[in-house]
Amino acid sequence: MSADVMIRPGTRAVPAGTRRRRRRDPGRVLRLYVPLGMYLVFTLVPFYWMLVFALRPAGSTDPVPWPITFEHFETVWNDIGYAVFFKNSVIVGVWSLLVTTVIAVMGGYALSRYRFRGRGLFMVVLLCTQFIPGAMMLIPLFSIFKSLGLINSLASLIVADTVFNLPLSIILMSGFVSAVPFTVEEAAMVDGCSRLRGFLAIVLPQLRPGLIAVGSFAFIHTWNNFLFALMFVSKQDSFTIPVGLSYTIGEYSADFGALAAGGVVAALPVVCVFAVVQRYLVHGISAGAVKG
Amino acid sequence: MTTMRRRAVPYLLISPTVALIAVFLVYPIASVAYYSLQHRNLTRPWADGFAGLGNFRQMLFEDEVFWHSLGFTAKWVVAEIGLQLILGLALALIVNESFIGRGLARSLVFSPWAVSGVLTTGIWILLYTPSTGVLRFLGQPEAAVLGNPDTVFPAVVVTELWRGVPFFAILLLAGLQGIPGELYEAAAVDGAGRIRRFLHVTLPHLRDAIVLATLLRGVWEFNNVDLLFTLTGGGPAQVTTTLPLYVAQRAVDSKDFGYGSALTMAGFVILLFCSLLYLRLSRFGEER
Repeated sequence: MSADVMIRPGTRAVPAGTRRRRRRDPGRVLRLYVPLGMYLVFTLVPFYWMLVFALRPAGSTDPVPWPITFEHFETVWNDIGYAVFFKNSVIVGVWSLLVTTVIAVMGGYALSRYRFRGRGLFMVVLLCTQFIPGAMMLIPLFSIFKSLGLINSLASLIVADTVFNLPLSIILMSGFVSAVPFTVEEAAMVDGCSRLRGFLAIVLPQLRPGLIAVGSFAFIHTWNNFLFALMFVSKQDSFTIPVGLSYTIGEYSADFGALAAGGVVAALPVVCVFAVVQRYLVHGISAGAVKG
Repeated sequence: MTTMRRRAVPYLLISPTVALIAVFLVYPIASVAYYSLQHRNLTRPWADGFAGLGNFRQMLFEDEVFWHSLGFTAKWVVAEIGLQLILGLALALIVNESFIGRGLARSLVFSPWAVSGVLTTGIWILLYTPSTGVLRFLGQPEAAVLGNPDTVFPAVVVTELWRGVPFFAILLLAGLQGIPGELYEAAAVDGAGRIRRFLHVTLPHLRDAIVLATLLRGVWEFNNVDLLFTLTGGGPAQVTTTLPLYVAQRAVDSKDFGYGSALTMAGFVILLFCSLLYLRLSRFGEER
């Protein structure tokens, strides 16, 4: 099965036989909808519970948030400083997304289109980095950023998160590049296009799903990273959302409304991004696994 | 001239990656090896100096937390990966069927993957809190599940499952989509029932995906610090301290870089050994 078949949006690899017997099959309810429903409950109740705490007045114990209040959001946004944390997280997330995506396109293109000496070694190194624990890099990275004067600077987070995002992003991206047929690009080059113009005009537009998958992957990872931000940043006006949230957990454990409202602020961007790009991610992993 | 320039293109394209990996991954690993032989504590700079194997001696013979953390790490990884594999495979099979609203169902069941470890902690603290949590609806007594050494393990395992199963399912779903539909047709023509089709078509084709997913997730759960750091802090009484969590605590709290580096080296060796052993035992990628 080739990746370019699977990658086309809307292509569905459905086992034959299920489609034919879709209707009037009571077993299907037991096999499909009951476990799916149970799993949905497991997934959604925690989210719902957070919303309940975030939206109901302090002191209420109702399982339904009524009347709705936004007092907790005002507290975390203005008093605890989530407005600043949010801005910092957006800065780090967007920069890391941009840098990761650009470098991943370059690396993915090289891996997919060229057979060069050292290519195998490069792949092995990329795969090996997946075994390097972020927690165990805290100490040496702290020393490096200290000597670069980047402690307490958001730049340290952008760099560290980009480095840890890159390997998987390159592997994913090379799968996406391989799914774009080389013949069209070749034809453009024969017609006098330079390789770069051919890439920009022919390949890049078709890489859209790949750019979305890799970019959102990088953004979500960076947005969620906690340890680097905890270790490299100690000034409160440089905190990112996870660090701010961890202090809310520690200090305000009596004020669950604030904790829940902070959680909603932390969750909204990534959950929305994820809901939109989820299918590209699955396709991307298939493509990467098939061609990688 | 032009052919030389053309040959340089792929190297130019990968050069930023190579530079970043060299400076921020390879060099740090080398420096960890160096620090592990040093006394180095940011809070006590006057005592810094060459330690020889002193850090390792302390780790192996005097540090009970180290040995306990190894045991808990193994228990944690095995429990998480076993349960995530079973639930993740079931979930992937379900959302691979075609039904109305499948896209929405996928977005919903996969969504906890996008949530950070810290946020997971925040959410589950709300669920586990005795007086206001959801457990009171299930008839649970007014007890703090996270503060009790008997209940803390299942509590943290379930919490991590909530966030961990979705990505396992995503990886396996990607594998499932690579199985050609004709195989199921052929098996159905041969009279194979649903269970036999699963055992003889699905599982063999998913083998490499399963090996890769369990390995990736195993490494990931080994390295997973955020959740335990914020949910239990490794407690109560350090019963939920994994080795990387112990390293992070040494690094963040006590700034003891020399000893922390020795622990890091131990972690590397263990992880590398276990990964290679697993790949060998599972005969990953071999022709069958």
